Amino acid sequence: MSTPQVLDVSGLPPGAFGSRSLMWWGTMGIVLIEGTGFALAIVAYFYVKTRVSHWPPAGVAPPDLLWGTVNTLVLLASLVPNELAKAAAVRVDLRRVRLWLLVCLAFGVAFNAIRALEFAHLNVWWDRDSYGSVAWLLLGLHTTHIVTDFLDSAVLAAVMIAGPVEEHRFVDVEENAVYWYFVVLAWLPMYGVIYWAPRLI
Amino acid sequence: MNLHVASAPDPKRLAFERTWADPPGWRGRCAAIDHKTIGRRYLVTAFAFFLLGGALAAVMRVQLARPGHPLLGPDLYNQVFTTHGTTMMFLFAVPVMQGLGIYFVPLMVGARSIAFPRLVAYSYWMFLFGGLFLYTSLLLNAGPDVGWFSYPPLAESLYAPSKRADVWAQLITFTEVASLAVAVALVTTVFKLRTPGMTLNRIPAFVWAQVVTSFMVMFAMPAVMLASTALILDRLVGTHFFDVEQAGDALLWQHLFWFFGHPEVYIIFIPGSGLVSTIVTTFSRRHLFGYLAVVLSLVSTAFMGFGLWVHHMFATGLPQLGESFFTAASIMIAIPTGIQIFCWIATMWSGRVSVKAPMLWILGFFAIFVAGGLTGVMLAAVPLNTQLHDTFFVVAHFHYVLIGGAVFPLFAGFYYWYPKITGYLLSERRGRWVFGLLFTGFNLTFFPMHVLGLHGMPRRIYTYLPEMGWGPLNVLATGGVLLMACGVLLFVFDALAARASVGAEAGDDPWGAGTLEWATSSPPPPGNFPSPLTAGGREPLWDNPPDQPVVVGLRPGVRDVLVTHVLDAEPDHRQKFPDPSPWPLLTAIATTGLFVGSIFTPWAVVWGSIPVFITMVGWFWPRSASDGGTRPWPVAGRTLPAPGELPAAGGAI
Amino acid sequence: MAPGEVVQSVLEPAGPHAAAIRHLWLLMLWTSVAVFVAVLVLAGAALVFGIRARRHGGPPHGSEHLLGKAVGGAVVLTCIVLIGLLVASVWTGRHVASLRADGAVTVSVTGHQWWWEVEYEDVRPSRRALTANELHVPLHRSVVIKVTSRDVIHSLWIPNLQGKRDLIPGYTTAIWLQADQPGRFRGQCAEFCGLQHAHMAFDVVAEPDAEFEGWLERLRQPAQPPAGEVAQHGLELFSTRRCASCHTIRGTEAAGQVAPDLTHVASRLTLGSGTLPNTPSHRRAWIADPQKPKPGNQMPPNPLPEEEMSALGAYLDTLR
Repeated sequence: MSTPQVLDVSGLPPGAFGSRSLMWWGTMGIVLIEGTGFALAIVAYFYVKTRVSHWPPAGVAPPDLLWGTVNTLVLLASLVPNELAKAAAVRVDLRRVRLWLLVCLAFGVAFNAIRALEFAHLNVWWDRDSYGSVAWLLLGLHTTHIVTDFLDSAVLAAVMIAGPVEEHRFVDVEENAVYWYFVVLAWLPMYGVIYWAPRLI
Repeated sequence: MNLHVASAPDPKRLAFERTWADPPGWRGRCAAIDHKTIGRRYLVTAFAFFLLGGALAAVMRVQLARPGHPLLGPDLYNQVFTTHGTTMMFLFAVPVMQGLGIYFVPLMVGARSIAFPRLVAYSYWMFLFGGLFLYTSLLLNAGPDVGWFSYPPLAESLYAPSKRADVWAQLITFTEVASLAVAVALVTTVFKLRTPGMTLNRIPAFVWAQVVTSFMVMFAMPAVMLASTALILDRLVGTHFFDVEQAGDALLWQHLFWFFGHPEVYIIFIPGSGLVSTIVTTFSRRHLFGYLAVVLSLVSTAFMGFGLWVHHMFATGLPQLGESFFTAASIMIAIPTGIQIFCWIATMWSGRVSVKAPMLWILGFFAIFVAGGLTGVMLAAVPLNTQLHDTFFVVAHFHYVLIGGAVFPLFAGFYYWYPKITGYLLSERRGRWVFGLLFTGFNLTFFPMHVLGLHGMPRRIYTYLPEMGWGPLNVLATGGVLLMACGVLLFVFDALAARASVGAEAGDDPWGAGTLEWATSSPPPPGNFPSPLTAGGREPLWDNPPDQPVVVGLRPGVRDVLVTHVLDAEPDHRQKFPDPSPWPLLTAIATTGLFVGSIFTPWAVVWGSIPVFITMVGWFWPRSASDGGTRPWPVAGRTLPAPGELPAAGGAI
Repeated sequence: MAPGEVVQSVLEPAGPHAAAIRHLWLLMLWTSVAVFVAVLVLAGAALVFGIRARRHGGPPHGSEHLLGKAVGGAVVLTCIVLIGLLVASVWTGRHVASLRADGAVTVSVTGHQWWWEVEYEDVRPSRRALTANELHVPLHRSVVIKVTSRDVIHSLWIPNLQGKRDLIPGYTTAIWLQADQPGRFRGQCAEFCGLQHAHMAFDVVAEPDAEFEGWLERLRQPAQPPAGEVAQHGLELFSTRRCASCHTIRGTEAAGQVAPDLTHVASRLTLGSGTLPNTPSHRRAWIADPQKPKPGNQMPPNPLPEEEMSALGAYLDTLR
C-alpha cells in the first residue's frame, strides 16, 4: 500500500487580513442580519404610513432637521479616522492604530451626544400613536448600534493601548472598521426615512 | 481502510488530543467549547424539549378525545397549546437541526473545529436558558397563552394583561440570538475551513443544506425579532405598533411574523432534506444522483420560501391579484422539492440498497412528507384555503410535513450518526419497532385530522359540543399518541442502553459511508483530525486515491486550524483557535438577566447591559501575551500578509 | 330543529360558493391521490431494483443518461400538474368572487369576545334590524356580510355556505354568500380569540324569502310591553339590576351596548353564541351562572332568589 502523500502547510502565515480572515466573515454575517433588520424596520415604517391619512398625523411636526443633519455629517466625517485606522491596521502600524482609534472614539462621543438631541427634537413621543412609535423605533434601532459600536471600539482601543497586543489583533481592528462603515452607511437610508419621508412623501 | 494517521497510542497523537481537549470537571464543563460537546448538548437538550412538547401534546389529545366535560379549563389549555407550539418550533425543531450542524459540519468538511467556537458555546447557553425561562414561567402559571404566533390585538396588554405574552416575546429573543449566532458560525465554517480539495462541488449535500438554512436564518429571524420587540414595546412602554386605537395595525404583525414564519418551516425542512440526501447516498452505495440539481433545489427553495408568507393570511380579505401571486409561489415551490424527490428515487433505483434502520425512516419520510406536501398544495389554493384555514386540516398538514419532512429524517440521522457520536450502534431490532410504532402512531393521530377539518372542526379550541360528531375521530387521534409515546420511549431506552449490548461497538465507519466524518474514530477525538485528510471527490472515502494527501505542518501544542479559500479550498493561512473559556457561559447568564428583567421594566435594558458589557470584555480581553499564536508586540517585521498578498510560500502538494 | 342536526361541514355545500370550493377540493384530492400513488410506486420500484442489485451483486440498474431523462420527464410532468392546479385555483377564486348580485341582503357582523353582533342594514335607519349570534338568509338571494371586530381578531366561518373571513379591528371587509338549500347550519369562530374561542359559534337559518322577510320584520319591532304581573316584575328586575348596564331591549329603558341585544332573545335557536340550546330552563341557568358552560366569558353570575329568577325568566320568555 503506497504511503499517503502530505500537504505541508507549515509555510503558511498565522493569519490574514480582509476577506481571507474568519473575522471578516463573522462581521459580514452580522452586517447581513442587522441590515435585514434595518430594512424590515423601514418597510414597517412605510406600511404604517399607508394606514393613516396624514403623515405626520395632524398636529405633529416632522422631526427638526438640524440635529439629524448635523449628526449625519458627523457620522460621515467619522469614516475618515475609521478608514485611517483600518489602513494603519493592515500596515500593522500600532502607533497610528492607537491614534486613529482614539479619534474615532472622540467622534463616537460626539455622535452619541448629538443623537440624544435628535431624540429630543423628534417632535413626537413614542406613545402618541403609530407614527411616533415607528419613528422612535427606527431611531432607537440605529442608536443601539452606535452605542454598541462605540463601546466595542473603546474596548478594542483599550486592548491596543494597554495590551497585551499581538499581531492578530490588527485583524480585529480592521474588522471593527468594516463594521463601523456598516453602522454609518446604514444610517443614510434611516436618516432619509425619519427626516425626509414626512416632508417629501 | 483507516485513513487517519497512526493508531493509538502514539505520543504525538496523545499530545494533540490533550491540546484540543476540553478541561475536565465542573469548571471544564462550564468552559467547554469543543463543537462536538456543544453539538451533543444541543441534541440532548433539544430532544428533552421534544419530550416536553410531546407531553403537552399528549395532554391536549387526552383533553380533546371527549367532547364536553373537559379535563382542563380554557386558561390552562391555552397555555398548553401555546407552549406546545412554541416548544416544538423554537426549542426543538430549529435547535436540533442546528445541533446536528454544529456536530457534523466541521467533521464533514474535514475541519478541526467550528468557526467561532465560543460564540457557539454562548448560543447553547442562551438556548438552554431561554427554554428554562419558558418552562419556569409555565410552572408559575405564567406560561404564554395566546398561541405560538401571538397575534395582536389578543396579545396586547389590554386583552392579555399578565406577563405571559411578554414571556413568549422574550423567549423569541433568546432563541433567535442563539440561532443567528450558530448560523454565522456554520456559514463561516463551510466557506473558510474546508479541507483542501473540497471544492464547492464536492461539499456534501447535508453541508449545503446547513449553509442554505443558515442564510435563511439570517434573513428571516430579524423579522420575528423586530416583531416581538415591537410587541414588548407596545405592552411595556405604550407604543402603538399593533393596536388600532392609535393608528396601529393588527396586520403589520402578521406580515412581519409570517415573513419569518414561512421561511422558518423551510429552515426546519431543508436540513431534513440534507439528511435524506446523506442517508440515501450511503445506503444506496452510490453518489447522489443529480447533485447539482439537488443543491440548486435547496437554494431555490430558500429563495422562494421568502415569497410565500401571505398564504398564512388568505382569510384576511386581501386583494385577489395579490393573493394569486402567493398561490402561484406556494404551488411552485413544490417543484424544487419534487426535483429532490426524483433524484433520491433515481439514486436508489441505480444503487445497491440496504434497508438498515436509518433507511427505514427515509422510506417513512417519503410516504408522510409527500402526503403533507400535497395537502400543502391544496392549502395554497385560495378558495380551498378559506375553508380549511384555521381548522384541523391545517394541523394535519403541517404535522405531516414537519414530522415527515424533519422528524423522520432526524430519526434517520440519529440512527445513522449515533454510532459516530457515541461509538456504539443502536439496536436494529429495536429500531424497527421504534419506526413501526412511530409511523403507525403518527398516521393514526394525524390522518383523521384532515377529515375533522373538513367536518368543520376549528383549531385551538379547548373543547367541543357532543352533537358536532367529532368525537370518534378524536378518540382515534388520541389512540395514535399512545403508540407514538411507546415508540419514543423505546428509542430513549435504546439510546441509553446501547453500549450494554454485545457487539454494539461501531468502529470508525460501520455503514461504509463516504464522507469525512467517518474518516476518524467513533467518537472523534478532540480536534477531530490530527492530520486532516484532503478531499479527492464528493465522497472522499469512496473517491480518494490511495495516495490522497493528508495535511501536515499545523503547529503542535496550539489549537491550530487550516483556513482555506472560499471557492476552491486552497490552503490560505493557519489560525490559532481560542482555548476553552467560561466567558460564554457568564455572558449568557448576564444576557439572561437583561432579557428577563426587561419584560418587567425598561430600565433593565440600561442596568442589565452593564453585566453584559463586563462579561463581553472578559470574553474578548486577551489573557496572555501568547493568546493568539502570533508573536507579542512590538516585534520588527510582520507575519500576517496584507489583503492582496499571496500567502507565504505554500506547502508542497 | 332537533339538537342533533348540526351541520357545519365543508363537504356538504348548501350554496354556490361552497359548492364551487368543493369541486376544487375534489379535483385537488384526486390529483393528489394519483400523485401520491405514483411517487410511492416509483419509490417502491427503486427500492426493489436497488435491493436486488445489492443482493445479486450485478451492475446496478438504470444508466445515468436514462435516469436523467426520467427525472427530467417527471419534473416536466410535475410542472404541468402544478400549473393545472394553479389555473383551477385561480379560476375557482374568480368564479367564487363573481357570485354576487345587486340588491343583496346586507348584514353587518361585528365580532366581540365571545359573541357576534348582527345588524341587517337598510337604507332607512328605522328599518335596521339588530340581533346577535344568529343569521337568517333568504334562499337563492345574494347576501353580503360586512365584517369587522370591536376587540381582537375573530373569523366568520359557515363552511356549508362559504370560506371564512377574518374580523379584524380597524378593517371592514365584505364577504358574499348565498344559500340554495333550506336548513339550519352552524358557523363558528375560526381565529383564536381568547378564553372562549371554543364557544363562539352562531346559527344560520336558510329559509324561503317570505319567511325571511317575516323574521326580519319581527326583528325590527321593539319588545312588547309584558302582560301579567310576573312578567312585568321581570322587566323591572331587568331594568334595575345590572342586566341593563350591558344589554339592550329595544322598547324598554335597557340600553346597554357591550353585550348581545336581547330584544328577541326567546326566538333564537341557541344561547351563549351556540353554547346551549335556547330553552326556558337553559335561559334561567345561564342567568344564574353563565360561567359554568362558558368559563371566562364577560357575563358575571347572578344568583337570584327563586321568585326573582322566575319573574325574570317569565319576562324573557315573552321576548319572541
